Amino acid sequence: MSERLLEVDRVSKQYRLGMIGGRTLNAELASWLARVRGREDPNSKIGMEHREPNEKFWALEDVSFSVDRGDAVAITGRNGAGKSTILKLISRITAPTRGEIRIRGRVASLLEIGTGFHRELSGRDNIYLNGAILGMNRAETTSKIRDIIEFSEIGPFIDTPVKRYSSGMYVKLAFAVAAHLDPDVMICDEVLAVGDLTFQQKCLQKMSEIAREGRAVLYVSHNMRTVSQLCNRGLYLEQGRLRYDGTVEHAIELYGGSGERSLRQDLDSIPHPRGRGDTMRMLEIEFLNTPSLEYTMDGAMEFRLKCVSHLPDPRLRIRLIIKNSVTAPIAMTQTEPFEVAAEEVFERRIRLSLDSLAPGEYIMKLSLVSGTPRGTTTYYDTLEDVSRFIITDDPARNAGFIWSERLWGHYRLKPLEFVD
Amino acid sequence: MDRQTKAGSWDTVIRPRTGWFDLDLKDLLRYRDLILLMVKRNFTVLYKQTVLGPAWVVIQPLLTTLVFTVIFGSVAGLPTDGVPKFVFYMGGNVCWSYFANCLQNTSSTFVKNSDLFGKVYFPRLCVPIATILTELINFLVQFVLFLIMVAYCLLQRSGPAVTPNWRLIALTPLLLLQLGVLGLGFGIIVSALTTKYRDLAMLVSFGVHLWMYATPVTYSTSMIAEKFPQMMGLYMLNPITPIIELFRAAYLGTDVYSYGYNLQSVIVTVVVFTVGVILFSRIEKTFMDTV
Repeated sequence: MSERLLEVDRVSKQYRLGMIGGRTLNAELASWLARVRGREDPNSKIGMEHREPNEKFWALEDVSFSVDRGDAVAITGRNGAGKSTILKLISRITAPTRGEIRIRGRVASLLEIGTGFHRELSGRDNIYLNGAILGMNRAETTSKIRDIIEFSEIGPFIDTPVKRYSSGMYVKLAFAVAAHLDPDVMICDEVLAVGDLTFQQKCLQKMSEIAREGRAVLYVSHNMRTVSQLCNRGLYLEQGRLRYDGTVEHAIELYGGSGERSLRQDLDSIPHPRGRGDTMRMLEIEFLNTPSLEYTMDGAMEFRLKCVSHLPDPRLRIRLIIKNSVTAPIAMTQTEPFEVAAEEVFERRIRLSLDSLAPGEYIMKLSLVSGTPRGTTTYYDTLEDVSRFIITDDPARNAGFIWSERLWGHYRLKPLEFVD
Repeated sequence: MDRQTKAGSWDTVIRPRTGWFDLDLKDLLRYRDLILLMVKRNFTVLYKQTVLGPAWVVIQPLLTTLVFTVIFGSVAGLPTDGVPKFVFYMGGNVCWSYFANCLQNTSSTFVKNSDLFGKVYFPRLCVPIATILTELINFLVQFVLFLIMVAYCLLQRSGPAVTPNWRLIALTPLLLLQLGVLGLGFGIIVSALTTKYRDLAMLVSFGVHLWMYATPVTYSTSMIAEKFPQMMGLYMLNPITPIIELFRAAYLGTDVYSYGYNLQSVIVTVVVFTVGVILFSRIEKTFMDTV
């Protein structure tokens, strides 16, 4: 049996909702006085009849898992599921409300790149300071400093204040220190990580190295492709609870199936933007030719959209906008115009060919619009985040190359042709 | 049953915030290199891109003392217990500024370092301790300057103007320790409270200023004893006062009002420091949730 490096034992974390901190003593006293006299708190939100003293929110509830040597664990879950909170607890930035976390060896996180770097200090001094902040003592840093300087490729500038460094040099140096920490458990939260592309790739490289060397990696990311490349185990969190602990494939599936990725979805009851969905409204969407909203690179998506119209319109279109996983719009397409009558419930079955979309995760935005090419466009209804879908990578379809969306974007164009 | 043995084999056990006095000295000791590096950083950074550099350590007390001598000594004509004015004010001033700097610079620990604290764990107490050590070094430089002044007074042709008390001088390290611990204690109390109430940061900057006038820096305690004898008990509650009194008595030979007040001041110091560490260790684990 391999050695256990980390045990998270029935851990819960509670946050107080609403106004947290940043209050002045004066305001606190006023609230207290009002409570004592039984009057309304002058600092409570207007409309709140009485103060809720127990307005608490459990970011994590009773989460237990353990990590052994050689594990590369992906923590998946939707925003707010508690992924980052777990990492914060493990890296001791904040304390759990209940439960216990036991760690063997050193935990380091790739978030900490360059923390504590001081602009005025030289590169060398910063290596020592940053190393000490991350938990190395002076002797340890001294024994590694040659490697660190070499790795950072900064060489002759090592005794120059880092404020004279280019941002690239700065990141290289910071990364060099973090890379030489030799942690037993490495934590990386890609959602929070900043830095340029090469830097993020270096992080990934380093993490897979660490996992291969038989240490442990905990990885939080929304990019399911890097997750499946890097990790050999997956956890799935939902609303602060651990729902699944097992294979990374299944954790990704669960993540994919959660929330908006159900095959049949009630659109009527989710909030529509102001002024939309009044005269025409999307009621329901159902995805037809897929079990999981995962498509192959040359596949096609089919769905059925049910709507209601309270007005007649001779030129109605269903418009689909595709956004990438960070909600930047990347493509638009729409149906031919069709006619609807007043008070009509209509259903349309729609097919979208996916062969020009690159592998990755996408968000669907749907609108009901009307308009002529030269006239004004009327937006009857719009839903920003109807569903998420994934296009899985298949290098065989791309001459063996793994698609890197950060480098190559979201479109897969037809191959270049030689013209003689 | 085997839980205990199991717990022993882990390097770190993270538990909820519990208990009142939750100070992990072993952890702090493990990070001593960090404290030293932070002291070094504080120094390097403080005087970077200044024309006079570290000379400021000396210029500041000299100018302040000069102003005190002119305003309080010559213009107001306050008595200085028969000791040359300049050296009298200097003695009070170096002690006071050591304490005041400790207090002011540690009081912003959490707010100033929230970026750092939000990303990586290390014993938070490292930061204020490094600040105290930085201030101690500053103090020692000023102290040497003060000793030169004392030596100058001793070697006057008209006979020594000051009469150092060698037995009391032996207590100097204890006085410095007490000043530092007191500054640290008050500082971390404020730093812990400012995470919730930002007002305190405002209070500190001018509060320290006002506090100086409640302390015999620009005048002598004997003046208070003479004019308001009934107020002495209250006046001596200020824990800094007996320290400065003793310091002057040691190096300049002024009278010590009563050693009992020094004991009282030590007790206050211990209490303030304990309260400070309790508050600090309570806040440090969860302050990232409130900032």
